[in-house]
Amino acid sequence: MTDLKAATARPVVVPPVDDEELAAGRASRPRGRRRLGPGRPIRLGFLIGPLLLLGVWIWGSAAGWIDPRVLTAPWTVAATAWDLWESGRLGPDLLVSARRFALGLAFGVAAGLVLALVSGLSRWGEAIVDGPVQIKRSIPNLALLPLLLLWFGIDERMKIITIALGVLIPIYIHTHNGLRSIDGRYAELAETLRLRPAAFVGRVVLPGALPGFLLGMRFAVTSSWLSLVVVEQVNATSGIGYMMLLAGTYGQTDVIIVGLVLYALLGLASDSIVRLVQRRALSWRRTLED
Amino acid sequence: MTDTRTAPRADTARAGAVVLTDVVKRYGRGPGAVTALDGVSLSVEPGSFTCLLGASGCGKSTLLSLVAGLDDISGGAIEHVDQPVAMMFQESALFPWLTVLGNVEIALRVRGVGRAERRRRALELLETVRLSGFAHKRPHELSGGMRQRVALARALAQDASVLLMDEPFGALDAMTRDLLHDELERIWREQRLTVLFVTHNVREAVRLGDRVVLLSSRPGRVLNVYDVDLDRPRRIDSAPVATLAADITDALRAEVGRHAG
Ligand SMILES: Nc1ncnc2c1ncn2[C@@H]1O[C@H](COP(=O)(O)OP(=O)(O)O)[C@@H](O)[C@H]1O
Ligand SMILES: [Mg+2]
Repeated sequence: MTDLKAATARPVVVPPVDDEELAAGRASRPRGRRRLGPGRPIRLGFLIGPLLLLGVWIWGSAAGWIDPRVLTAPWTVAATAWDLWESGRLGPDLLVSARRFALGLAFGVAAGLVLALVSGLSRWGEAIVDGPVQIKRSIPNLALLPLLLLWFGIDERMKIITIALGVLIPIYIHTHNGLRSIDGRYAELAETLRLRPAAFVGRVVLPGALPGFLLGMRFAVTSSWLSLVVVEQVNATSGIGYMMLLAGTYGQTDVIIVGLVLYALLGLASDSIVRLVQRRALSWRRTLED
Repeated sequence: MTDTRTAPRADTARAGAVVLTDVVKRYGRGPGAVTALDGVSLSVEPGSFTCLLGASGCGKSTLLSLVAGLDDISGGAIEHVDQPVAMMFQESALFPWLTVLGNVEIALRVRGVGRAERRRRALELLETVRLSGFAHKRPHELSGGMRQRVALARALAQDASVLLMDEPFGALDAMTRDLLHDELERIWREQRLTVLFVTHNVREAVRLGDRVVLLSSRPGRVLNVYDVDLDRPRRIDSAPVATLAADITDALRAEVGRHAG
C-alpha cells in the first residue's frame, strides 16, 4: 500500500548503470514547477485557522458588531479567566476536569486496544467481541447516561466509565481496521521468514496496525473531551462543565465562554500532541501529509 | 557442460536440491476449480541455477509457493534434501517500518542469532549486496534496485541452501536489472546456492540459468527444458544469449498463441 504510493510519488528517473546509489539521493527538483498534492507543510500551520477565528472575534467585538450579551468580548473573557484563576475557583475545576479526561482516555484506550487485538487476531475473538462493540457504537453515550447513573451513581467512577466507553469505540474501530488491512504480502513474507506467532504480532502486526491506532487516537481524544462536557453538564459538583452550568443559571456569559475557550484550547492541544506522535511514529509512510 | 565455475559443488555443505514429481495444484472445488499446475516434474540439481519461464498466469508463483511450503499441493510430491528454503518476491517485500538493517536482522533473529552477532552478520550481508552505507535508511528512501538488494541480503540471512526467487527484478529498469544479474551470479557462485528463479523474461532466463524450464500456459506443465551451455559470466546482450533466447521465444510464442487463439 505505502510502497505503491512511494513508487508513484517519485519522479521517474532511469538511473545510469553505475550510479544506482546516487539515484536514490535524487536531490533537487526543478524550481518553480507546480507540483500536484498540497505542497510543503506550513510550520505551525494548524494554528492559523484558530487564530483567524480569534481575529474575527476580536475585530467583531472591537467594532461593536458582536453584542457582548450574546458573545462576550475576548478581553472580558481573558479578564474573567484571570479573576477566576486568582480567586482560586478555576484551578481546582480545571484539575478535576483534566483528571477525568486523562483517566477516561487511559481506560478507554486500554480497553479498545485489548478488544481490537482480541477481535483482530482471532476469528473467534471477532465473533464474540465485534457484535457488542458495533451495538455500543450505535448507542450514543447520552442515551446510556441514565442507566450508568443508576448503576454507578454520580461519583467519579460513573464519569470516567462514560468517557472510557466513548473513547473505546474509535480506538477499537480504527485499530481493528488497521489490523485487518495489513497487506497480505507482509503475512506471506513473515511466513517465508518463519517468524513465530509472537514475533509476527510484535514485529509485523502491531507496527502495521499503528497507523490505524493513531488515527483512532485522534478521534478518541476528541471523544474524550466531548464526553467530559456531557458528564460535567448533566450532573457534577465540580469541573469546568459544572462551572459553566452554574454560570448559565446566573447569566454569566463571560464565564461560560471561559469554559468553552478552555475546552477548545485543551482539545486543540491534545489533538496536536497526537498528531506530533503520528508524525514521528509513522515517518516510514510516504503520504501527501509530508 | 562448458562450466567455468571453479567451485566444486557436490562436496559443499550448503548444497541442496529439490525434486518435484507430478506436482498438481488445484484452487477451489467443483466446477469453479482452477487447475494451476498439472503434473509438473522437475529435478533441481544442488548448486544449479534453474530458471522457470512461462507466460503470466501459467503457475510460476504457485510452483514457488509450493516449494517454499507456503501452500499445500493437491497431488504428487515435493522432496527437499535440505529445508528450509529462502524466498524473495518481486516487490514490497520489505517491512516499511523497519530500517534496512532491521529488515535483514529480522531473518537472523528468527534463527536465534544473538544480538551482537546479528548486527555483525547483517552488516556483512549488506556489504555483500553493496549497500553498506544504507543500513539505517528506511525502504521508502531507497530506489527499487536497492530495495531488491536488501531483499536479497535478507534472503541470504536465512542461510538456506535453496533460494527461491519470484520475478525479483521484474519491476526494475533494464540497467539496474543488468547490474543485479551480475551481483546475483557472483553471490550464487560464492555461496554455492541452489537457485530457482521465476521470470517471464526470456533473455533474463538465458542470462542467468544453467537450465531454462519452459512451462505451458494453464494448466502449467513442463513444456521443454533447455540446457544453457554458455560461459559465465554472461552478458544479456551477447550474441549467444540472444540466439538461444530467440529459439525459446519462438516456443513461448507458439504456446501463448495456442491459448489465445
Ligand atoms: N489463491 C488462488 N486462488 C485461486 N486461483 C489462484 C490462486 N493463486 C493463483 N491462482 C490461479 O492460478 C494460476 C497461476 O497463477 P500464478 O502462479 O500466480 O501465475 P504466474 O506466477 O505464472 O503469473 C492463475 O490462473 C491464477 O488465477
Ligand atoms: Mg507470478
